[in-house]
Amino acid sequence: MTETKLRLAGRSDEGERAGAPAKSEHITLRIGGMTCAHCPPAVEKALLAVLGVRHARVNLATGNAHVGFDPAAAKVADLVQAIRRAGYACGTAKTRLPIANMHCSSCVLRIELELKMMPGVVKAEASTLTNAVDIEYQPERTSMDALKAAIGRAGYRVSEPKHAADAEPLSAEEAASAAEYDLLMRKFWFAAAISVPVMLFSYPDLIPGLRDWMPMGSGTRRVVWALLGVISLPVLVWSGSQFFTGMWDALKHRAANMHTLIAIGISAAYLYSIVAVAFPRLFPDMRLAEVFWDVTTVVVALVVLGLALEIKAKGRTSEAIKKLIGLQAKTARVWRDGKEIEIPVEEVLVGDVLVVKPGDKVAVDGEILEGSSAIDESMITGESLPVEKGVGNEVIGGTLNKTGSFKFNATKVGKDTALASIIRLVKDAQGSKAPIQRVVDAVSGYFVPAVMILAIAAFVIWYLVGPEPRLVYATIVLVTTLIIACPCALGLATPTSLTVGIGKGAENGILIRSGDALQSAEKLNAVILDKTGTITRGEPSLTDVVAKGSDEETVLRLAASLERGSEHPLGEAIVKGAEARNLALVEAKDFGAIPGHGVGGRIEDRAILLGNAKLMRDRGIGIDHLTSDWERLAGEGKTPMYIASDGKALGLVAVADTVKPDSKVAIEQLKALGLEVVMLTGDNERTAKAIARQVGIDRVLADVLPQDKAHEVQKLQLEGRNIGMVGDGINDAPALAQADVGFAIGTGTDVAIEASDITLIKGSLTGVVTAIAISKATMRNVRQNLIGAFGYNVLGIPVAMGALYPFLGLLLSPLIAAAAMAFSSVTVVTNANRLRYFEPGRNAS
Amino acid sequence: MTADRWLVLVLGLSLVAFIVWFFWLKRTAGARAAEVSGGYQEAMILVKGGYTPDTIIVRHGKPVRLNFRREETASCSDKVVFADFNKSAELPTGETVAVEFFPKEPGEYAFACPMGMFRGRLIVE
Repeated sequence: MTETKLRLAGRSDEGERAGAPAKSEHITLRIGGMTCAHCPPAVEKALLAVLGVRHARVNLATGNAHVGFDPAAAKVADLVQAIRRAGYACGTAKTRLPIANMHCSSCVLRIELELKMMPGVVKAEASTLTNAVDIEYQPERTSMDALKAAIGRAGYRVSEPKHAADAEPLSAEEAASAAEYDLLMRKFWFAAAISVPVMLFSYPDLIPGLRDWMPMGSGTRRVVWALLGVISLPVLVWSGSQFFTGMWDALKHRAANMHTLIAIGISAAYLYSIVAVAFPRLFPDMRLAEVFWDVTTVVVALVVLGLALEIKAKGRTSEAIKKLIGLQAKTARVWRDGKEIEIPVEEVLVGDVLVVKPGDKVAVDGEILEGSSAIDESMITGESLPVEKGVGNEVIGGTLNKTGSFKFNATKVGKDTALASIIRLVKDAQGSKAPIQRVVDAVSGYFVPAVMILAIAAFVIWYLVGPEPRLVYATIVLVTTLIIACPCALGLATPTSLTVGIGKGAENGILIRSGDALQSAEKLNAVILDKTGTITRGEPSLTDVVAKGSDEETVLRLAASLERGSEHPLGEAIVKGAEARNLALVEAKDFGAIPGHGVGGRIEDRAILLGNAKLMRDRGIGIDHLTSDWERLAGEGKTPMYIASDGKALGLVAVADTVKPDSKVAIEQLKALGLEVVMLTGDNERTAKAIARQVGIDRVLADVLPQDKAHEVQKLQLEGRNIGMVGDGINDAPALAQADVGFAIGTGTDVAIEASDITLIKGSLTGVVTAIAISKATMRNVRQNLIGAFGYNVLGIPVAMGALYPFLGLLLSPLIAAAAMAFSSVTVVTNANRLRYFEPGRNAS
Repeated sequence: MTADRWLVLVLGLSLVAFIVWFFWLKRTAGARAAEVSGGYQEAMILVKGGYTPDTIIVRHGKPVRLNFRREETASCSDKVVFADFNKSAELPTGETVAVEFFPKEPGEYAFACPMGMFRGRLIVE
């Protein structure tokens, strides 16, 4: 059996990672090249030899390896490399190459055959519909260049390849809409050119020279009009073809749409004109034998132009996602076999080591192995300042390396990268529906048939009781009513605004998961903020140094030197604090932890103790001169520690979880938006209140157990409020899900946080403010569009039916109706595009 | 009233009646999704001027996979939205796109293009 499919099929199990304290991850890997029964044990052995792998089970029949491993000790990349070292393949690349000159099904066969003959090609499928070939191949055995060469051998040419697989549906869509636009514009120019003579000769009575040359009832007039009919016909059948095909396709489904209305309208005008020219004697009065060729050509020209402009404007609504797709790197520098080679990004595999130079794009997600640099992540996180990164830090694919060079280990490639997930989430959200759309849905199924009924009613009424010539008036009214009605404007109103609004969010590092979330965020009137990691950094740092009987520098230097060997987070915070003040640390001897009390050791031949009051009292060290400071610091929610040297207390060092720099501003802005801000924490009340005071929060819910957080959200909801909950997405997941809108604070490349409605990629609270501001702006825009579109139809249709005629003697020309109809939908899309100019800072408060 | 007026009135009324019947009253019988291995209920839907078939019947409590194939370029139908299941999919011309979801409760659910011009029904028994 030759294994054919060898894709990385599994992802780590998130739930397991969040829950179990002893971390364990499971992954399913597709293994290639297993031909016989002794292969599975060989692969298993290779996997088990990797440090951190707990168990490995390989199934020959499915070609899958199930691996359980400790993520702290082993990376997926290690597993893949172990499999490869054992002589098996793991992971295939998939790519789509567009073919420039493929026309028929025999081309398909030739291309597929040539590719399938290549070693390493697993699958090749060409299609004349997409004009592309989908190839699945093993990058170890072949390369993109070799694939292209094979296609060349078959006698075909690869048009410029597109990047990452995810981008393609949209690019294909884009190409299709560009072609559609060109076609519509050609149709428009043709219809417009024909419209000029048709307009001129249709109203000879208004033009002095023509009036005499072709007087009413004359043979000349009949011949000229007949000719006009002939030249109008191509406009009807070519420029207006989509109206008829659209009507027919819809009718087969017992549905009616805009095309139905336009098609009936222009056909009615055209048929009337034919009868008027061919059988003028049928009409009792010569005045009735009018032609409406101009209605046919001008309506087609205007509506086609409207459709073309709409395509252009709609293209702009998805500009944000195009920008995201454009971020994807096309090539990557990979370190293979001791040298640096540049390969297409599709061929990068998990576990590859990539080299990034200043000015390069980071190709995929990974972890820095060596070197450091400042990286511009603004395109992903919305954070404008470059971020300093060093060994062990995560880098995100699509971001821009600024200053230094580094090597990193690819951890996520292809569809698993943060950027690909963001693109997918944004696309999904843009395609989702906001609840407000239901209003439109309720109407749209009835809209077109209802307009047809109204048009017929108008015709009948004008014919029964209208002024003479009744038939002409009735026909005009019928055609005008059909043409002015615009179901498109209604249908476009919500989706276009949502697309722009959600795209705008993504540009600012805010992932709005659905139209529902966007609409709910507008109605929030209270926001609950988790304290740790949301308002605060979530890790302690040094805040105060108190020296009594020594200087601050000595106190901190001794404390930090002592803690240098410690791995306790509080100790690390003290060391970092000392390093930040450029203190030279010294070696500590006889270092030891005193559980529950503190640490001790010898520095420069002095016995140093660092710990709580109990430690000091146990050792008989007087601390009375420090207790007032201790209490003050503890009252501020900090953790103060005594430091003593040779039995004498020298002072205090205090560490605390500090507030993120922009939390206070963000909370002020939330309040300015009229939201009540509540803090929720598992910490004790004193610590919680201290932080709350710093950032200006009045209501604090402290001592809340993790499992009770969702319940607290529910209690606030019962007070009749719409609650937004901001938390970390793992511990706070139930609370996020319970809230009306759950905002998850993002953590690096993990953007697809299931429980949240909105993910803030940059871990800052200002994102909440921006998200709410975007929601408000978008919903305002949606309402403008809906009011505009409904209003247009509600006013336009009665006017077209002649409602104003009895009072003002006013009757709408079908030509004006066509112009109004064509531009109503363009207006809606253009209004949605205004949202593109939304700027978070300006519109926030 | 003159004869021609009567004629127009009668013709108009019958046209209205025809429109009401044609578009609103007559409903198509649904196509039942086939059960395939793996427990999925699968159906193929052609997207061209509408959804064919436009009514799909499935059983509740079993996963559903609908394979959409769009064979037109009109931009309206480039997406299909299942609002009740919070699912949507892009439908590039000429490609078959599978939409998968899990109907828990029996009932009638709608799917449509984002503008609501193309409509389909999913009947869950």
